[in-house]
Amino acid sequence: MCFSATFNKRKASLDYEKIIEVEGLSKNFKSLKAVNNLNINVYPGDVFGFLGPNGAGKSTTIRMLMTLISPSGGNIKIFGKELNPNRAEILQKIGAIVEKPDFYGYLSAFKNLEILGKISGTQISKNRIMEVLELVSLDKRFNSKVKTFSFGMKQRLGLAQALLHNPELIILDEPTTGLDPQGMKEIRDLILFLSKEQGKTIFLSSHILHEVELVANRMIIINKGSVVVEGMVAELLNSASLKVTFEVDDLQKALAEIDITQWKKKLESVVKNKIIFQLEQEEISVLNKLLVEKGIGISAVVPARSLEEYFLNLTEKGGK
Amino acid sequence: MFTLIGVELFKIFRKWRTYIGFAAVTVLVLLIQTAIYFAKDTYVSSMTRGLDQAFMFTGNLLNGYLIAHLILGILVVHVPFLVTLVAGDLLAGEATAGTYRILLTRPVSRLKVLTAKYLAGVIYANLLVLWLAALSLGFGFILFGTGELIVMKSYIIVFAQNDIIWRFAIAYAFAGLSMTMVATLAFFFSSLVENSIGPIISTMAIIIVFVIITSIKISIFESISPWLFTSYMNAWSLPFDDPIEVDKAVKSAVILLAHIIGLFGITAFIFKRKDILS
Repeated sequence: MCFSATFNKRKASLDYEKIIEVEGLSKNFKSLKAVNNLNINVYPGDVFGFLGPNGAGKSTTIRMLMTLISPSGGNIKIFGKELNPNRAEILQKIGAIVEKPDFYGYLSAFKNLEILGKISGTQISKNRIMEVLELVSLDKRFNSKVKTFSFGMKQRLGLAQALLHNPELIILDEPTTGLDPQGMKEIRDLILFLSKEQGKTIFLSSHILHEVELVANRMIIINKGSVVVEGMVAELLNSASLKVTFEVDDLQKALAEIDITQWKKKLESVVKNKIIFQLEQEEISVLNKLLVEKGIGISAVVPARSLEEYFLNLTEKGGK
Repeated sequence: MFTLIGVELFKIFRKWRTYIGFAAVTVLVLLIQTAIYFAKDTYVSSMTRGLDQAFMFTGNLLNGYLIAHLILGILVVHVPFLVTLVAGDLLAGEATAGTYRILLTRPVSRLKVLTAKYLAGVIYANLLVLWLAALSLGFGFILFGTGELIVMKSYIIVFAQNDIIWRFAIAYAFAGLSMTMVATLAFFFSSLVENSIGPIISTMAIIIVFVIITSIKISIFESISPWLFTSYMNAWSLPFDDPIEVDKAVKSAVILLAHIIGLFGITAFIFKRKDILS
């Protein structure tokens, strides 16, 4: 994917504080509460991670943001305006992928984008269509019918249609689904490019937390339609303890030393010559020093703190 | 709105199913005309059987007008099948393909999208009728020439050659209105489901049942018939009467139009509130 397309970085002064402001949003499907009293605040320039396991209510929320389904309760403001009365004006400034990317398979990639531009009522030039196709590396297949595309290519075409009218807010629902690792990296890079180079606000839904961890600055985790946690990604990361693996040369000696200290409480498991502790960041060096002083050789110290684990813990708790 | 209708027509005419209707009408019209052409004498004698004792027939009895009149009577019953193929797919097809999500997240109101789709469907239905008219009359004139039009009901009417075309124009207009009604019904069903097979089958089932009720002369059915829109779909034959029952023609047109407007209104009401889950 190439990011050489020429965009002007937008530095417009905004007359609203929040790009998305959702209050008490709910959606019931008969007795099922798909979304329950959800509050979301997305600020200009955010890459906002919207996390949750499958079935958490992410897509239902996005469908409500995009007016595909109507809420059972609550209020949605986008760009400082009520969504329903200002629908057309608001959607003009949003580009979105909602769930899997489906297009008119009997039309070419170019024609799909051309008719979507026409439906939007905006003048989209042929150059602009080719520009977004180039951005997602589909420019060489512009004339191929979409039914011949792989899922990953359709996903990239989904991104192209979301970017077509140069929106201020980009809503991406699981944008890396179906992509290979290289494709996933390209999407991540594109998100960072759009955020940092073009000042776009991005609302990124995913159930793959690593994906969000790498690009988002703020996030919310939902489960069973309700918020489990929200905040700055960096702060949430710091609030989680680490799983630290010490690889030692003399396991028995190391275990004997640990057994007589307070570190015993922090011991989680032992696998071969690896001792795994649950530690706070500042405790790693203290324990390392102790083991070295006791003459135990340490070949590796591997801290593992990922949002993935944090997420799993939270959703398990939230699910109970 | 014109852009939206243009986009919808573009989508309709890029699907192969759209051409099934035109192909079927072409084959049927040519088949009927060719068959009659090769059995001209037999056909004319069977048509005038029982009448040649009382009347003397002169001139080109079997001409393009007669054939077109005959074909309109036969095919106006079958063209609805072809109309539903496209009209039933207009909304349900978007649901099946999952393209509602890109279509209805554009900054254009649902009502405009719905209206554009509907009008594109109506244009398609009427193009099919126009195609039927062009083929029936065009090939009819080539194969059989022109002449006076004989219409046999419980009595015989002979229309002079210069008194026919306007009658055909009104007849095809009524046929177009009937096909619009069929398209509206299929479109309504299409808004309810996520697969185009359902609307096609439902529309045809309703038309078949209603036509059967209308055509069987049993008192209970005769009391129901005025309430069924299919009773007014044969209004295409009214212009071939003398004098024309204007009241009946106007009543038929108004009832069909009322059905069309009412049904489209219900469709719009449902579609505007519909949760898009596909």
